[in-house]
Amino acid sequence: MDIELLYWDGCPSHPEARELLEEVLASRGIDVAIRMTHVATDAEAERRKFPGSPTIRIDGRDIEPRGAAAPPSLTCRVYYLPDGRPSPIPSREELEAALT
Amino acid sequence: MTLALATDAPPFDLPGVDGSNHALDDYAEGPVLAVVWSCNHCPYVLAWEGRMSAIQRDYADRGFRLVAINSNDAERYPADSFEAMKQHAAEQDFPFDYLYDVDQSVARAYGPKRTPEVFLFDSDRRLVYHGAIDDSRDESAVSEHYLRDAIEATLAGRDPATHETPPVGCTVKYRE
Repeated sequence: MDIELLYWDGCPSHPEARELLEEVLASRGIDVAIRMTHVATDAEAERRKFPGSPTIRIDGRDIEPRGAAAPPSLTCRVYYLPDGRPSPIPSREELEAALT
Repeated sequence: MTLALATDAPPFDLPGVDGSNHALDDYAEGPVLAVVWSCNHCPYVLAWEGRMSAIQRDYADRGFRLVAINSNDAERYPADSFEAMKQHAAEQDFPFDYLYDVDQSVARAYGPKRTPEVFLFDSDRRLVYHGAIDDSRDESAVSEHYLRDAIEATLAGRDPATHETPPVGCTVKYRE
């Protein structure tokens, strides 16, 4: 399994996203290193089809396909919690579903 | 450079989503004024803007005014254009003025680095609190209500117990 967390350091959410992802992986007994990829330029965002920070891909597939379709940009990505509230990181439930 | 504590509020005169211009002097009668850097696209703003509305509504009858300013470069971030601001404000039914700093001159005078980021001024329009609205983007996890506490203190003629906190959010998108 390949797990990649792409981030832009202009957005402060990636440490929290990584921590939550590590928690979810540990709770499922998945022992895989998270590959951290820093996206630093507009050109790189374009090349990597990076819709915002953080973006998490499991075996190359975005955990939240709707948001993945947003135009590439150095920005903070918006996720939505199960109750509809906006959030700068995905929910635990979303991560668990992506790993199922 | 970010505005220092006890500094006078720099003047502004900016277009609002209501179709009128709003200047610092227009808020002169309010005993406390919060100027908050904001925008449309940032998930941290989206997480906090309901609390901005609640604070404005809760303190409106005591003369408190909150004004939100978006200074982001809309060429690189089209979701923060003036038209998008009008649409977002209508959808959210903001009870505060939402202004557009298209040339970023007001942002350069105040020096915000994040959205949301609060500058709270007393009746003499001197800066008495700068930083975050509270201590968690997750409303259910808030334990420190920095802005509410500073408003209460200032309305009561006291010095806020906390003057500065680190703002948490997206970067203000300055043009290079």
